[in-house]
Amino acid sequence: MNKSFAKPVSTFDVANIRADFPILARTVHGKPLVFLDSAASAQKPRQVIDAVTKVYSQEYANVHRGAYYLSETATANYEAAREKVRAFINARSVSEIVFTKGATEAINLVAATYGRAFLKAGDEIVLTAVEHHSNIVPWQLLRDATGCVLRIAPVSPDGSIDIAEFAKVIGPKTKLVAIAHVSNVLGTVLPVREIADLAHAVGAKIMLDGCQGIVHRHVDVQDLGCDFYVFSGHKLYGPTGIGVLWARAALLDAMPPYQGGGDMIDTVTFAKTTWAQPPAKFEAGTPPIVQAIGLGAAIDYLNSLDRIAVAEHEDALLRYAMTRLAQIPGVRLIGTAPHKAAVQSFVMEGAHPHDLATVLDRHGVCVRAGHHCAQPLMEALGVTATTRASFGLYNTMEEVDALANALVRAQEVLL
Amino acid sequence: MNVAPLSDDLRALYQETILDHAKHPRNARLVEHHTCKAQGNNPMCGDKVTVTAQVTDDGRLQAIGFEGKGCAISIASASMMTEALSGQSVADARRLFDAVHDLCTGKVEATAVKEKLAPAAADSVDKLASLSGVRQFPVRVKCATLPWHALISCLDGKGQTTTEK
Repeated sequence: MNKSFAKPVSTFDVANIRADFPILARTVHGKPLVFLDSAASAQKPRQVIDAVTKVYSQEYANVHRGAYYLSETATANYEAAREKVRAFINARSVSEIVFTKGATEAINLVAATYGRAFLKAGDEIVLTAVEHHSNIVPWQLLRDATGCVLRIAPVSPDGSIDIAEFAKVIGPKTKLVAIAHVSNVLGTVLPVREIADLAHAVGAKIMLDGCQGIVHRHVDVQDLGCDFYVFSGHKLYGPTGIGVLWARAALLDAMPPYQGGGDMIDTVTFAKTTWAQPPAKFEAGTPPIVQAIGLGAAIDYLNSLDRIAVAEHEDALLRYAMTRLAQIPGVRLIGTAPHKAAVQSFVMEGAHPHDLATVLDRHGVCVRAGHHCAQPLMEALGVTATTRASFGLYNTMEEVDALANALVRAQEVLL
Repeated sequence: MNVAPLSDDLRALYQETILDHAKHPRNARLVEHHTCKAQGNNPMCGDKVTVTAQVTDDGRLQAIGFEGKGCAISIASASMMTEALSGQSVADARRLFDAVHDLCTGKVEATAVKEKLAPAAADSVDKLASLSGVRQFPVRVKCATLPWHALISCLDGKGQTTTEK
């Protein structure tokens, strides 16, 4: 190992954490697994895997239906997961927590219900240039259906969102601001509190895409000042197939239902159906019961850790990665905003991200290569694709070294 | 630093011929008086390759070129494709598409590759055979076949194609 790199010493006991994640013990192509793609989907701790197994093997039945012990148990566990989510994001009430199949569905829900009911031709929705496709396309569908207008706040070359530039895009016609809390490509932490104030000053609502934010930042929805907050469970060390929409109670009351079906009704006759109260109003059909309980277990797991120490560990990983990557000749960091979470994109001169990812994989290093579901951002940054390393609480400084060393090997292969 | 030797399949994927064509692509241009044009997209990575060709009345590829941004595999494949097909008949181009497709997906034995690629000139056959390295990398097969799909769309008179068909 090159001794010239001073490796930060973390007081966080990462070895202990890693022991909780069974997959981290495996090898890939004969090399120890170095998993640096947690921003796409995080690995799961034993506590989540066990919770899911326990439901299926001992406590499974449908919820909100049967008047028998197992169904009551499943219902209680499902609703307990809702309370865990409520407490995790400091929502006022569990009735503000809607379970969805993911963040994508949560955004589509807001667009299809709030959007269709309250936005009309000429109204403006403000997005930023850093958005994930899942926070662009639902609004385009809404635009095509209603004639509302999308306006895009620009991104600075370092990946920041400049509040003064943002203010120029917002105006009296703005009815909704829908932006990332943290960029999935650049790691930029957006100035969401200030943007929320700008939105509210013109009478607009603000929705935050919290897929990365919930993982890397302490989220208090009341403190953030937003009106909607969405995230997915699988990036927060929970199962796939579960997401959360939080919205202020008054908004959920005013919004029409999303899908019709069982569990979302009060009474049904062929002449007229009345809706259940939120959140049931937005949870038609059998919900992702086990996935919700698994998400609850992931939240329990995170609550069992010193989250300030976790945040410091991730920040140290990011700083070390930025330093090591920048020292490799031909590597250019993409996303160097002052306020960043542990996500780092980069490009390497003469080597396409796809080729890099292939070579890295043969060294056991998993990274994401491509446009990261953010093609407009790629265009704004003047690149077609990037390679992205994203860090979770289980990553180590040695894994950053493994990434840097594998990149040097990749240069030997590709250049 | 303890450095493990490079794996054989990586060497097979990124062999000299591939890297040479990736770094110095041939016919990387728009054919001026082209009679057909098509763009191939790989939505997974955002890579795009546009193929233009000038087809004569008697069905020959008088000129063929490509423009695009992509990984070493897709650019090398496009470059070798244009080299192999310049002056060939449209019928042979279609036969070569099938051959390269089978070659990359592993449907044809490595020993039978050259036979399959027979419509191409001898020196092109060896180069195209080097694409078979992608067999060990299933997610990269589409990179190698993208320009060929664009070629077929071009010859069929369709403007767009995607690897996700």
